[in-house]
Amino acid sequence: MKSATVEKLAPWVTTLILLTVWQLGVMAFHIESFVLPTPIEAIQQIYINRYPLFQHGMATLSTTLAGFAIAVVFGLMLGILVGSFRLAYVSLYPVLIGFSSVPKAAIIPVLVIWFGVGTVPAVIAAFLLSFFPVVVNVATGFATVEPELLDVLRVLGATRLDMIMKIGIPRSLPYFFASLKIAITLSFVGTVIAEIIAGNNGIGNVMLIASSNFNVPLVFAALLVVSAMGVSMYTIFAMLETRFTSWSVRGRGLEEFAAGG
Amino acid sequence: MSYIEINDVDLRYGGQSGADNGTGTLALANTNLSVGRDEFIAIVGPSGCGKSTLLKLISGLVKPNRGFVRVGGEDVKKPLKNVGMAFQNSTLLPWRNVRDNVLLPLEIVKPYRNQPRSESAAKRKRADDLLATVGLADFGDRMPWQLSGGMQQRAQLCRALIHEPSILLLDEPFGALDAFTREELWAVLQDLWMRRKCTVILVTHELREAVYLCDTVYVVSPRPGRVIASSKVPFPRPRTLDMTYQPDFVELVHTCRHHINPGSAQ
Repeated sequence: MKSATVEKLAPWVTTLILLTVWQLGVMAFHIESFVLPTPIEAIQQIYINRYPLFQHGMATLSTTLAGFAIAVVFGLMLGILVGSFRLAYVSLYPVLIGFSSVPKAAIIPVLVIWFGVGTVPAVIAAFLLSFFPVVVNVATGFATVEPELLDVLRVLGATRLDMIMKIGIPRSLPYFFASLKIAITLSFVGTVIAEIIAGNNGIGNVMLIASSNFNVPLVFAALLVVSAMGVSMYTIFAMLETRFTSWSVRGRGLEEFAAGG
Repeated sequence: MSYIEINDVDLRYGGQSGADNGTGTLALANTNLSVGRDEFIAIVGPSGCGKSTLLKLISGLVKPNRGFVRVGGEDVKKPLKNVGMAFQNSTLLPWRNVRDNVLLPLEIVKPYRNQPRSESAAKRKRADDLLATVGLADFGDRMPWQLSGGMQQRAQLCRALIHEPSILLLDEPFGALDAFTREELWAVLQDLWMRRKCTVILVTHELREAVYLCDTVYVVSPRPGRVIASSKVPFPRPRTLDMTYQPDFVELVHTCRHHINPGSAQ
């Protein structure tokens, strides 16, 4: 088999092996299904509840994407600010660290007091969980620009905006896309937590109701749906990353020119 | 009539800016330098003597703590706006192909930056022509990492010159190259400069390079840096590699060497 085919199949095979180990483990130790269901039971539940799961899945997805979109815009702007101005860095960074150390699950009840039960706290939770990696990564991209490069531009009469547009942003794109892959998965975490604590729809809400009915196979079905959505979104952003930052991944099918002179 | 004038300059790093005298490292002390228009000079000296700092002073990237710097009769108070620079390490942008890298200054320097899009074909041609003069005729579409070190430095020279600056500042541009490539690039640089003159300040620790390329070689003392000697280079241009092995060339290199640390160059 060609190595490219192997690479394509590898993640599927790994997943299949994990599910098999899970299935066999549950069967071998005779674990009750209300403690830990087998993957087959969970997948059966996905099939049985496919319409409500689809509907709630879509709700979770749209909430997540809304929070994620705000996080990307906000994180990008804050990252550029923190990365390109020394004063912004020293004044904002400790605040950001402090803020990101706060357990977000603990804030959700407060958000409910402010905005009521429903989608708004979930969007905010998705945003709060995912903006930090975007800020840090974009700021790192900006802050690690080679000083010589900035000198070259400065003595051409470049403005701050020139340096941000011509150097800062393209240079931080690889960092930015790397952060998107982390941020999108964290967004799902934020949404589902908020839905569990204070939702009236979404996958988190399904899980809450299912677990209060001791329908543990449905809980796992919902978890599988969330992780499938996470993996799909991750894949989309990984593809965008290769599309926009191919320059940072050198030597794919292009022979290097090592001739002297 | 000097074009660039550095007059009795002190420069301190790490201390408070302004008129303090006690803190920080003294990088330059009582430094004087005067460069004529379209002159090609070299600054040589031991490492850490503030050679690169001199370049930053001239371009206005750092300000002197004492004394003044003038370019074209005017005090340098903020970064100059039309200077070409090249460094030892390639500072080509890895996300742009070679041609777009060379075109970067034209996106920034006035009046080019405000020119309409219809000019872009002419600009591309200009970049390609310049690349051709340094032997990179077919490399405009390559990405920087596909080029060897020497080729990257050629492209960097093109980027430093595309906007026809009046001053070219070179900070050990060939320092990371092997000896043969380096000597090849001396000829390339001399050729570029003879086609279109500008004031060049070359910082280097390679004395043969300094004498081969320059009109005047200035020797800077160990820190705090100060210009301690200068030698005019009388040889006619274009200079050839053969000339670098002639007795009078070797003699001049030897004299410069002697200024750097007297006694050890016997």
